[in-house]
Amino acid sequence: MALTKLQLIDVHKSFGDIPVLQGIDLSVAEGEMVCLIGSSGSGKSTLLRCINLLEPIDNGQIVYNSQEISEPGLNPQPIRQKIGLVFQSFNLFPHMSALENVTLAPRRVLRQPKEQLFNNATELFTKFGLEDRMNHYPDQLSGGQQQRVAIIRALAMNPQIMLFDEVTSALDPELIEEVLDVLRQLKRQGMTMILATHEIGFAREAADTVCMLDQGRIIEKAAPDKLFSNPEEPRTREFLSSVLKN
Amino acid sequence: MKSRSATRVAFEKKQKRKGVAIATLSTLLVLSALVVLVPQAPGWTKVKNSFFNGDILVSTFPSLLKAFTLDIAIFLWSLPAIAILGLLIALCRDQKSAVMFPLRMFGILYTDIFRGVPVILTIFLIGFGVPGLGLPRPWNSPYIWGTLALVLTYSAYVAEVIRSGIESVHESQRAAGHSLGLSHGDTMRYIVLPQALRRVVPANMNMLVALQKDVALLSFIGPVEILRQAGVHKSLLANFTPYVGAAIIFLAITIPATRYADYLLAKQHRERS
Ligand SMILES: Nc1ncnc2c1ncn2[C@@H]1O[C@H](COP(=O)(O)OP(=O)(O)O)[C@@H](O)[C@H]1O
Ligand SMILES: [Mg+2]
Repeated sequence: MALTKLQLIDVHKSFGDIPVLQGIDLSVAEGEMVCLIGSSGSGKSTLLRCINLLEPIDNGQIVYNSQEISEPGLNPQPIRQKIGLVFQSFNLFPHMSALENVTLAPRRVLRQPKEQLFNNATELFTKFGLEDRMNHYPDQLSGGQQQRVAIIRALAMNPQIMLFDEVTSALDPELIEEVLDVLRQLKRQGMTMILATHEIGFAREAADTVCMLDQGRIIEKAAPDKLFSNPEEPRTREFLSSVLKN
Repeated sequence: MKSRSATRVAFEKKQKRKGVAIATLSTLLVLSALVVLVPQAPGWTKVKNSFFNGDILVSTFPSLLKAFTLDIAIFLWSLPAIAILGLLIALCRDQKSAVMFPLRMFGILYTDIFRGVPVILTIFLIGFGVPGLGLPRPWNSPYIWGTLALVLTYSAYVAEVIRSGIESVHESQRAAGHSLGLSHGDTMRYIVLPQALRRVVPANMNMLVALQKDVALLSFIGPVEILRQAGVHKSLLANFTPYVGAAIIFLAITIPATRYADYLLAKQHRERS
């Protein structure tokens, strides 16, 4: 059995009076790809933001490499370096070139020397077919290219786990595939990943485990073949038929 | 056959020409009415002699210009102080954590107080008050303390402008910075501030124009800058024309600066839409 990279134990989170996560238990092994599905508002983004420590949790534990990282008062910065997060809306820094977007955090946080910064970045841009776009600004790039730069930006910190929050939802259909290819490539390299996604076809093909979220709970968790072909929960069936219809 | 777009361009050109013609004509009408009607007023000759005396204008203008260099000097050396203090106060007000509450409170108090008191009052209180403590030279100069009063007032306004810029940067930008492991300070310095400051350039340009004019308020506490110099001439010559001369000098600076600020603002609107 592979090493457990990340474990969530009974994680609870509310915004004011509204419970958003109501007891999430999840264990992610090294190199595993977990897909989170579920209707809008079911808590997928909040869960990913909690793992990245952008949101504090109210109850429960998040354990990363057998260290509890949800402890209040813990400095989140060193953890966030190890857990990359890519957003639905890219969130590139518009006043910086693609290269500057990618090198900012390694320069400021890891204090990498100039040459290493440039070499690492060039290697990543080349690997994902963007070497001729390094000096472009975000508004000079297509949505698919922007999202790939955002992924490169997170990878430049050498994260151990990557979180992807509906990274293809804001893209035109013809641009989705180039981003999914990047995810396939990462998977082949053995990156541990958690994805919130509506790309059922992709989840079926690439995921190791699929979790169905509903009202802040994982109501069903199974291998993709099982969950997509033969879901047990009526709520999962309902959700899948509504997604596949569109 | 003409294409549709060519027809539209031609039409718009014609409309524009028509607009320019109407504007020119109406301006001429209003101006000639003024030129004809105003001199008919009973007191016109008197006003003309005491406000628009050509000889006096010419003879006093050079000394006004010379005095104006002091205005410019005060303006220039208060600028960096205003920029730095304004930025610091804005950053104080942006503190969100409980530990930093006193800083935030200080920022709020500062901006409330210095925006709430008329500039001239602050100048009087600090410009007369501090030298009144009997400090040794040069620290008893109203020139220094008057300038400090301007700096305090304007940094409060600039702080609010910068804060509005900071708040206009979407929260997701900070989230992106934090998710990469950047500290709060680095996220502010490299991600939020560069975007925020760029957005508030036009507003700060208008602030510069206002500051340039308010430097003249220091004339009330001592330094012989342009307004004070004009006042000296007025007393000696019993004529108000030097004030008109001073106004002309101010306008020569402020009108281009205001136009430029408007141009920047319009450009920014175009870029964002
Ligand atoms: N910052 C926030 N403040 C208040 N409510 C929030 C906030 N973020 C998310 N929510 C609420 O939490 C619920 C789950 O949202 P989210 O995690 O974005 O779901 P999903 O990503 O599955 O669509 C929604 O009802 C949403 O309105
Ligand atoms: Mg979401």
